[in-house]
Amino acid sequence: MSTPFGDPDASDLVCARCDRPLEMLKVEASYLGQTFPVELPACPTCGFVYVSEEIAAGRMLKVEQALEDK
Amino acid sequence: MDGDKIKAWEALCIEEQPPACAAACPLRVDARAMAEKMAAGDFVAAMAVYARAVPFPAILAHICEHPCEAVCRRAEAGGAVRIGALERALVEEAYPSIRRAAQRARKPKTIAVVGAGLAGLTAAFDLVMKGHAVTVFEADAQPLDRLHRDYLPAVLPPSAIAADVGALMKLGVDIRCRQRIDPPSLDALIAGHDAVLMAVGPGPAAAFSGTLLLNAAGRIDVDRQTRATSHPKVFAGGLHDGTEEAWSAIGSAADGRRAAGSIDRFLQGASLTASRGDERAGTCLYVNVESHTAVPPVEAADPAAGYGHAEATAEAARCFPCHCLECVRACPYLAHYNTYPKRAVREIYNNDSIVMGNRKSNRMIDSCTLCGLCTELCPNDLAMGEVCLEARQSMVERGHMPASHHDFALRDMAFSRSDEVAFARHQPGHERSAVLFFPGCQLAASAPGQVAAVYRHLTERIGGGVGFMLDCCAAPAHWSGRTALHGEAVHRIRTVWEEFGRPRLVTACSTCLKLFGEFLPDVPTSSLWTELERIGLPDGAKRPAPKGPLAIHDPCTARHAVDVQAAVRSIATSLGAEVRELGGAEKTTCCGYGGLVSFAHPEVGNAFADRRITESDDDYLAYCAMCRDNFARRGKRALHLMDLIFPDADDPAARPDPGFSGRRDNRLRLRRRLLRELWGESMSDPVPPVTLVIADAVRADIERKLLLVDDIAEVIAEAERTGRKLKDRTTGRLTASGRIGTVTTWVEYEAGAAGFVVHRIYGHRMQVEAKP
Repeated sequence: MSTPFGDPDASDLVCARCDRPLEMLKVEASYLGQTFPVELPACPTCGFVYVSEEIAAGRMLKVEQALEDK
Repeated sequence: MDGDKIKAWEALCIEEQPPACAAACPLRVDARAMAEKMAAGDFVAAMAVYARAVPFPAILAHICEHPCEAVCRRAEAGGAVRIGALERALVEEAYPSIRRAAQRARKPKTIAVVGAGLAGLTAAFDLVMKGHAVTVFEADAQPLDRLHRDYLPAVLPPSAIAADVGALMKLGVDIRCRQRIDPPSLDALIAGHDAVLMAVGPGPAAAFSGTLLLNAAGRIDVDRQTRATSHPKVFAGGLHDGTEEAWSAIGSAADGRRAAGSIDRFLQGASLTASRGDERAGTCLYVNVESHTAVPPVEAADPAAGYGHAEATAEAARCFPCHCLECVRACPYLAHYNTYPKRAVREIYNNDSIVMGNRKSNRMIDSCTLCGLCTELCPNDLAMGEVCLEARQSMVERGHMPASHHDFALRDMAFSRSDEVAFARHQPGHERSAVLFFPGCQLAASAPGQVAAVYRHLTERIGGGVGFMLDCCAAPAHWSGRTALHGEAVHRIRTVWEEFGRPRLVTACSTCLKLFGEFLPDVPTSSLWTELERIGLPDGAKRPAPKGPLAIHDPCTARHAVDVQAAVRSIATSLGAEVRELGGAEKTTCCGYGGLVSFAHPEVGNAFADRRITESDDDYLAYCAMCRDNFARRGKRALHLMDLIFPDADDPAARPDPGFSGRRDNRLRLRRRLLRELWGESMSDPVPPVTLVIADAVRADIERKLLLVDDIAEVIAEAERTGRKLKDRTTGRLTASGRIGTVTTWVEYEAGAAGFVVHRIYGHRMQVEAKP
């Protein structure tokens, strides 16, 4: 089961190379040897995954810190 | 971590020692807590504190001899706190708020108490509170007959006695008066109860020689510590051993409490002696009385009535209260965690001992600046820095050190030690070096021009060749607990030193000086400042005198370098500076960089800097580049001693912090400039992959987020080369990312006429990939 990493507003973003709007895709996040599925906006063609600052400094940072303190 | 060492560290912190008042009180009344609550106006809470220790608050508030006042430390600053008067005011106002309920014992026992004096009734109170059934036998017509006889009603109102005795009976104690216990009835009591307390005076004792062993004085033979008699079920009051001091109300109550403690232990089949904790132990709590101004006691407007509410509150506020906390008051780190060393050491040890689960104290351990001020202030020289450093080494060794805490600092150190920056050369035209100048990585990063200038001066004044070594002393490795990395770096410095013919090292950095002394003890090292004092300053240079006085800030790593401190002051004074002290070098504080706190916990790092820079309105004079730049970053006008010797700006105190990206550029530039100008080596200037336009606010954000301009340029260059980027259809801005080391850096930018305009940057450590 994958978890959406928040609800980023990426509706205006297109992949410059593939010229396609980003879609919420199941991607794999990993840190310190732990891997888990998440949903993030990504290019459906080339797989470029977008991480917004809100997510990077929010939920993602919390998970990073929790894993570092394990 | 070593458990014995932890215990030794914990034992050094005396903050948990009782205040003098509580230590002197036979009932251990926490008068400090009581006064704190009264000073806050919360008499009900204060009453709860008092009544927790005192069985008969109304009585004892009136007649306690208050030995606490004789030892009160306030006596040294205006007069002892009038604790007795506070207790009376407390009882006057809040006595009805006392709430007491006896425990429900699983197996209630029956206890007979002979004698309804203060000792007997205190024992009855303690035992009934434990859930036992207590019957008191009194020969006189009323309990506490002595108190009625010995105290005038004005001193001890009969209503106070009635209130406390009434409360005791309400708890379930059965008091039977006019019941004289003779030897046969004692035997009956012993047979009919689980324990008996003989709380009688010495007079009637002799009659019981048939049942109880008497001592040489004809009194009941009683153990001083436990109040046990020769009969296992019988305990007796302390007046019988003949060595007790004269009768006192508070002493009698404590005597009854001691006997009740033994009876409870006896009833549970526990040891009568093991860890009783009711021996008088005194206290070694340190109190900095000098820091308090003298305030005389509050005089009651009506002495006969005692303090009113406002008077009692004011008098309670005279209680300091007694705490040590010498280190906590001076340390933003301990203050941030609202802790003191004894508790912190235990927490650190617990964190270290966790096998499975969250190590919640990692960041706390990494937030100490290792500055050593606590050791200076601690009456027992406890060094929190040692504790934290050992904990960090243990974390690294076990693989539990959070990567993010020190990653950036270690990367910066690796850069300083890389071939891009580090080099060592003999003085041009020399094949050996009498002296090797080691400016340190941070002065090179902050003021490369001054490093070049002072090197030139050293070569002009010192014979036998002055070599140059640009490198890092590896303090970040040491501070972050990376023992192996630190050892490797120290080894490299030693190797260069040996290759250069074992010259004398001269360093401009107090941290380098301290760490070389510790880890390269056989390498002769001195400070640039003592060296300059010896050889003199460059002649002929026109130096403007500093504007206004300068408050001198010694780096924490020079806390004990007395010769360096003196040399710096002498140089600054000789250059026309009016030097003012900031509390002295020995008690100097960290600038907020020490121990890598600014990386592991920026908030705490900034708290150190901010506290320091508010100590004086004068411009600061530092002789550590990191201190100066940190103060500048937080908005304080600050000079480096080099700014006085080699002035290269009109107002050097206004020089901004170069920031991490600027520091890297400065190191690169210094190396290229020196190798080109002094050693004639051909050096090509690096061409940046793209030109960036970065507004000041964005640049500050880059610094705050510990990202580097070079990395941002790499990310944009790569995105432009490959087309791997996102485009915002509304704003037209581009977004790209790149993995550099252990961090993914994101950049939002757009192409402009003067270069790529950077709008936003951020990073994360987690890696994300679309699943194939």
